[in-house]
Amino acid sequence: MATVSLEGINKVYENGFHAVKDLSVDIADGEFMVLVGPSGCGKTTALRMVAGLEDITSGVLRIGGKEANDETPKERDIAMVFQNYALYPHMTVAENIGFALKLRKLPKDQLNAKVKEAADILGLTDWLDRKPGQLSGGQRQRVAMGRAIVREPSVFLMDEPLSNLDAKLRVQMRAEVARIQRRIGVATIYVTHDQVEAMTMGDRVAVLRAGILQQCDTPQNLYDSPDNIFVAAFIGSPAQNLYDAVVAEGARSVKLGSQEVELPEAVVLKRPGLRAYAGKALVVGLRPEHLPAAAPGYTGPQLAGDVDLVEALGSELVVHFTIDAHRVIAEGAVEKDEAAATASGEGVARVAAKTPVKVGDRMTFGVDVEDMQFFDPKTGLAIRG
Amino acid sequence: MRNRKRVGWHRYVNGVVLATIVTALFVILPLYWLIASSFKAPLDVGTTQLFPNPISGANYSQAFKGYDFGIYFRNSLIVTIVATALVLILGTMAGYALGRLPMRGKFTTLVILLMISVFPEVAVIAPLFLLMKEIGWLNSYQALILPYTAFNLPFAIWILRNYMLGIPKEMEETGRIDGAGPLRTVWSIVLPQALPGLFTAGIFCFTACWTEFLMALTFNDANNFRTIPVGISDFGGNFQVPYGTIFAASVVAVVPIGILVFIFRKFVISGLTSGAVKG
Repeated sequence: MATVSLEGINKVYENGFHAVKDLSVDIADGEFMVLVGPSGCGKTTALRMVAGLEDITSGVLRIGGKEANDETPKERDIAMVFQNYALYPHMTVAENIGFALKLRKLPKDQLNAKVKEAADILGLTDWLDRKPGQLSGGQRQRVAMGRAIVREPSVFLMDEPLSNLDAKLRVQMRAEVARIQRRIGVATIYVTHDQVEAMTMGDRVAVLRAGILQQCDTPQNLYDSPDNIFVAAFIGSPAQNLYDAVVAEGARSVKLGSQEVELPEAVVLKRPGLRAYAGKALVVGLRPEHLPAAAPGYTGPQLAGDVDLVEALGSELVVHFTIDAHRVIAEGAVEKDEAAATASGEGVARVAAKTPVKVGDRMTFGVDVEDMQFFDPKTGLAIRG
Repeated sequence: MRNRKRVGWHRYVNGVVLATIVTALFVILPLYWLIASSFKAPLDVGTTQLFPNPISGANYSQAFKGYDFGIYFRNSLIVTIVATALVLILGTMAGYALGRLPMRGKFTTLVILLMISVFPEVAVIAPLFLLMKEIGWLNSYQALILPYTAFNLPFAIWILRNYMLGIPKEMEETGRIDGAGPLRTVWSIVLPQALPGLFTAGIFCFTACWTEFLMALTFNDANNFRTIPVGISDFGGNFQVPYGTIFAASVVAVVPIGILVFIFRKFVISGLTSGAVKG
């Protein structure tokens, strides 16, 4: 078991492409660290550098406190699970799991005992004699996990291990992988592009964009106080509503399109930096759950929108509405197609399941101003202090 | 009622089945004629007798006793096995390099290989003969082994390269992480997955060497170094052609190839179709 620390890691490919820029992250012993970001953000490259499959252009990688830049993958004592599992098709499940131990020339009885133990943990005991081709996707995934845990490595690396599974199995395996990681308590770096996976599995989540670390924090902190617009837009599903707005003189209210949302004194006191924006533009972030349906007679901060679409999820309604404010789209945070399909001014709210609402209604939402987030429109950074 | 369901033996009679039978007969009949004739008594060979009656082994004993067919068989085995082994070893290494390793000029190399593989043998035979004569290799095993290896390598490299391409890169990376060195990776991880390609290349090379005539005739005309095709062509004298003996020797010559193809037929088929469909 060991800690992993990346200190100012850079990766520049031969063709000049700068894939990872100055990445610094510390992973504590036993910690589950998730690297998340849109495709091409450098997360897999970073992982492969830790694994030793990719050279580090500059910076220092330490595993267990020891510099590991020039160590071979074997010397780093890591185990890795690949997206396509990379099981050896000509070996049985037992041979696949035991291959690394066989290379270490472990006596046969010990090897068998360890393979059996790993198979027990993963529920693979009945399948040990099968070849990977005879297994389902979920079972193959477990064999890949088994191959990694049987070696008792100091560090676990996983590269989108669940993305080849169907949605239902993915949810199930998500919990299982997290459970196994807790059980063996080894520092883990997990790469995914799926922010839901990142939020549900990680002790901490590092959000990357274009090779640059945006923020590294616990899932809740990322959600509640994102450092910039990109993180705000990327984390959370449905995505956060981000609108261009103008702060009124004295920072008493913000104007979204033609509507004014008042800001109680408490909100401004919490974010004194807001005063400097009086009379200026900024970006306002509103989580869908912070836009509940306004009860009749409600007089607090509110926002009215025209309902375009209502998705009933049973437990709640997801209401898509339009207001006349300009919606801000953080580049790369949402898929291009999704961004193109989103009309300007469109927003999403999560309201109670019994709310009477239908398409075409003009609906009034109460605004949870306490949880509103504010960003500088030029730098994209959060406005806090 | 054209669509009425056929019952009884009528079910099995349709155009496709008939066409298949005709095609199969077209291929099999000459082979049957060869085998049947080889078992006829020497005087019955060449008659229209459909089935050998009496069944006789005289042609076979004549091939081995009257002529040195045993020597030719041994020579063919040595030349073919060594050449095939060399082709597979070199082809595997080259195929791996061209398929997997980062290197410049891969495409050019592959195109040149393809050109070599379609080069007519007869065009190089004269210069090769002079070369062999110069270095004193005429009437030796290496005189055939080396050219056979060279002529069969391109095809083997192509087949093996395509196989290596199909093996996910992550397999090798997993191997590296598991602690396997380069040789171990190739031996334990890459080769087992490239087996169908290896068998395909091996059988094609074996057949090509086993049946090669022109070089064998040109370079090795001493009786002790003749291979089967040259040996059989020399059966008989100026005034007689011992068809029965030739038939018997030909049957023996076909047997090793038949056995190989029969054992490895599944691999050969998968080897030839690899890369046709992603998966």
